[in-house]
Amino acid sequence: MDNILTLFVVIPVLTITGILFLKDTRQVRLVAAFGMGLQLILAAVLVFLYLTARHSGNTAEMLFVKDVLWFKSLNIHYAVGVDGISVAMIGLTSIVVFAGIFASWEVEFLTKEFFVSLILLATGVFGFFISIDLFTMFLFYELAVIPMYLLIGIWGTGPKEYSAMKLTLMLMGGSALLLVGLLGIYFNSSPTGGQLTFNILEISKVTIPMSAQRLFFPLTFVGFGVLGALFPFHTWSPDGHASAPTAVSMLHAGVLMKLGGYGAFRVAIFLMPGAAHELSWIFIILTSISVVYGAFGAIAQKDLKYINAYSSVSHCGLVLFAVLMMNQTAMNGAIIQMISHGLMTALFFALIGMLYGRTHTRMIYEMGGLMKVIPFLSVCYVIAGLASLGLPGLSGFVAEMTIFVGAFQHHEVFYRVVTILAVSSIVITAVYILRVVAILLLGPTTNEHHEHLTDAKWFEKISVVTLIGAVAAIGLAPFWLSTMIGTSLHPIVDKIIALNPF
Amino acid sequence: MINFSYTIWIPLLPLLMFLFLGLAGHKYFPKLSGIIGTCGLAIITILSYITAYKYFFTSEKIDGAFQKLTAFNMVWLQFTDKLHIDMGVLLDPISVMMLVVITTVSLMVHIYSLGYMKGEKGFERFFAFLSLFSFSMLGLVLATNIFQMYIFWELVGVSSFLLIGFYYQKPSAVRASKKAFIVTRFADLGFLIGILILSFNTKTFDFITLTNPTGTAITQGGGAAFLGLSIMTWSMIFVFMGGVGKSAMFPFHIWLPDAMEGPTPVSALIHAATMVVAGVYLVARMFPIYSIAAPVALEVVAYVGAFSSLFAAVIACTQTDIKRVLAYSTMSQIGYMMLALGVSGYGGHEGLGYMASMFHLFTHAMFKALLFLGAGAIIHAVHTNHMTEMGGLRKYLPITHMTFLIACLTIAGIPPLSGFFSKDEILAAAFEHNKILFAVEYAVAGLTAFYMFRLYFSIFWGKETQYHHTPHEAPYTMTIPLMILAFGAIVAGFIPFNKLVTSDGKAFESEIELMIAIPSVLIGLLGIGIAYIMYKKENAIPDKLATTFKYSYKWAYNKFYMDEVYLFVTKKIIFRYISDPVAWFDRHVVDATMNGIATVTQTVSFRIRGLQSGQLQKYAFVFVTGAIMLAVLLVYLWK
Repeated sequence: MDNILTLFVVIPVLTITGILFLKDTRQVRLVAAFGMGLQLILAAVLVFLYLTARHSGNTAEMLFVKDVLWFKSLNIHYAVGVDGISVAMIGLTSIVVFAGIFASWEVEFLTKEFFVSLILLATGVFGFFISIDLFTMFLFYELAVIPMYLLIGIWGTGPKEYSAMKLTLMLMGGSALLLVGLLGIYFNSSPTGGQLTFNILEISKVTIPMSAQRLFFPLTFVGFGVLGALFPFHTWSPDGHASAPTAVSMLHAGVLMKLGGYGAFRVAIFLMPGAAHELSWIFIILTSISVVYGAFGAIAQKDLKYINAYSSVSHCGLVLFAVLMMNQTAMNGAIIQMISHGLMTALFFALIGMLYGRTHTRMIYEMGGLMKVIPFLSVCYVIAGLASLGLPGLSGFVAEMTIFVGAFQHHEVFYRVVTILAVSSIVITAVYILRVVAILLLGPTTNEHHEHLTDAKWFEKISVVTLIGAVAAIGLAPFWLSTMIGTSLHPIVDKIIALNPF
Repeated sequence: MINFSYTIWIPLLPLLMFLFLGLAGHKYFPKLSGIIGTCGLAIITILSYITAYKYFFTSEKIDGAFQKLTAFNMVWLQFTDKLHIDMGVLLDPISVMMLVVITTVSLMVHIYSLGYMKGEKGFERFFAFLSLFSFSMLGLVLATNIFQMYIFWELVGVSSFLLIGFYYQKPSAVRASKKAFIVTRFADLGFLIGILILSFNTKTFDFITLTNPTGTAITQGGGAAFLGLSIMTWSMIFVFMGGVGKSAMFPFHIWLPDAMEGPTPVSALIHAATMVVAGVYLVARMFPIYSIAAPVALEVVAYVGAFSSLFAAVIACTQTDIKRVLAYSTMSQIGYMMLALGVSGYGGHEGLGYMASMFHLFTHAMFKALLFLGAGAIIHAVHTNHMTEMGGLRKYLPITHMTFLIACLTIAGIPPLSGFFSKDEILAAAFEHNKILFAVEYAVAGLTAFYMFRLYFSIFWGKETQYHHTPHEAPYTMTIPLMILAFGAIVAGFIPFNKLVTSDGKAFESEIELMIAIPSVLIGLLGIGIAYIMYKKENAIPDKLATTFKYSYKWAYNKFYMDEVYLFVTKKIIFRYISDPVAWFDRHVVDATMNGIATVTQTVSFRIRGLQSGQLQKYAFVFVTGAIMLAVLLVYLWK
């Protein structure tokens, strides 16, 4: 049981190795699906083990910790461990990857290479979430970003080279800032003069000098923020998503963007709460711009993927917004929002891919009245839309309300006023969601070529139903998820507050 | 103590029905789903009646007051130690009364729909959505805390959206459903902000804690002042904004007439009897706070209600689509209920308005559902919504005619029908509180009688229209609900609301005041009389009047151009002046900056790459030159 976390990296690597030996595309798909199915089961086991361990009174900050010295002179470790937050993120990742495999069932071109890159990306993401050593974490982070370039550049659509280049360069720019920030943390990790360390838990026990925090907090936060689509560094997102193949969009918006939010929380704010508190107002302004601006941007778009990309800017902006509120409830909401948005947006991109596969267009005005022709996919699209606009009973509502209630408990009036601004995004979201639903699905069928489309195939149903099931499960019974995250947040928030008495 | 824990099944059963019909209905038993849905509803109707009986007649009263009982409660989502969303069942006089209203009307609508929707495509979908609506509405009225109410508030919104857009291939229905959702969503934003402010101030969502007249939420004072009003007042105004949207009060009323695009049974259930009164229910639920801690907000309620009732009554006099007339009439009647709450005080006889409002809510549900279902039977028979294309239908539709007449007399306030009693109480409450509002409502009573009988005479009397097919009476599944509701509309007035549903739960004495009752009946008769002269037989008076008051008629006919105002705001401002510029800005400023950085990097790298030419001579030349220069520099510095 001690090595259960390492399995999350081992299984994808084994799957990739397996795929490399295969020739037949059918076998490649099956092996990929099997490997990621196993990963999904493993994630369920992890959740179970985690909850049992907590139930039996294990209150350690991180569970299943494994620490191997890796590079002695810099004190780099392969150190893994999880708390409720990372367990939740791992669960999210395994669901989205699983659904993503089924959504790309019909990739014809270089199938083997496609699945290898896709699973490599997933490996990076899993590695990121289990790491508690900053260096290993960064390594996995880069591992996740690089296959993205190939996946978009080779299997993408439209101006794919441009988009792939843009996305990679912008994310790399973010990484550069991040690397400086991480090294800054490392060199200040022992103000008293002991052994320097990359280990998050150990760094969190010391207080990094404020002068260093003021310098490295913005670097780290923006570095992660680029990935989390922080305004004004979000423009890779619409182009990147529009060109990316279905499963890549799903993974990217569903999981990779969450690396940004997770990192901003786990590294930037947790390790440098002093500067976070001091500078939060700047980033609160930027993130609340993201929230409203993304939503308004989405109203004006005509391409389904652009709409969803801007909507992601808005929703992910809410994650960073809530993280910066630095209280228990808002942070809890931020984590739930990451999971909820990950599932919702993966669902959206999966459905958009399926629609595109049938109609060969993503322009909303070229489609119409699809509800009558392909009812299953259309109903799923409506459900995704309702989740996105925060309908109770689906996950979006739980996340948003936790954020809003939490943020509104802030003791400073400025933060409460900004919260009201962010709350107003729920109306704008409703406008763009219903606009798309009405144009795309309702009304008479406008394009005669679309009158004989076939509805979802079995593998598409697996993909979509898995995601909807997860969205509904969180929406109907949020208590256990919220508690699992909340108990792990307690010590973190206490530490933040202890370091920065308000 | 009586055990009420079974009441959790009242909302749960429709939820199960929804899931069952929604997931399995269309595959396995499309025809049976109507019967299944109706049977399920019949069960919860019986449960509700039992609950009402047990609550009102056998439960223990403390100090002569009905208690608020929490029959069931569980934590659904924990925010902080004190703030948590619970899911539960709260029983008190108004929620039990609403149970009876909702289940009765819903059951009638279910039975009626068996006939009305027969053979429609999506029959099972219709019943699945009806179940979803019933679940949401019951959850709303039984909510134990304001956040639970908000959750179900959103859910009734989406059920309404789905049902208005039931004929999803019809563009007008799609537009109407979208409009309804977005307008109410905007109003709900106010509700949510209100909840946030309220919970920040009081640190609780729980209704019992919040509305306890001696509890801290009310007695702590209003909090800091902002723009001259206390924070408490602001939060209650924001909360009321949600009610304004859902109850289609001015200025958020514009979705209601368009919502008539939905199937007529839906209009009867959602847009007449139950969902649209949610705003009234909300104010009633929070009433102690309004009354004691935020009286200014209560004034707002009164004026919004009064204005809406007058505004809608004027428009109703000019419309020709029978469902739209009824929609404006609904808005007007809900305005009455709002006004009644607004002029009420808390406790004893002071709370007359509160009681009258709930009383009117009850009677209105009966007669307005009856009117809509009657209108459905008429539309079913003649296949048009426009009263200009109808006339002389009394011969063909005898049952519909009689029940419709009863409903019209009820809404006009003719004794001893139920509308007379409830309206009379409202007028009495208004009279005691505010004479101007009383005068407005008095005029509206006359207008109401006029436009209802304009409708009645145009449909059933008036000109003898030639129909393509001879209209025939609706099947029994449709006429039986009409008769049951007509019976309800007749007798509901004799229910002693002053003993059962009062602001503080205690009974008080109230009697018909002849001072108010006689003039109100007279103005009702006057309205009927004018309608009789103008519309009983086809004549030129209506047209003459329309040309004489050309401009005011035109304004009223076009609903005072409110739709155009909204269209201007949404299309022009939001789409053209905000969204499009934002999208442009994003592409041409933000993104262009990022691309600009890339271009600059690329250009610079092109320029300086000449340095790395790979030619040894060049490198040697640069090296030697540099070395010499350095040497010179060093020598120079050494001196």
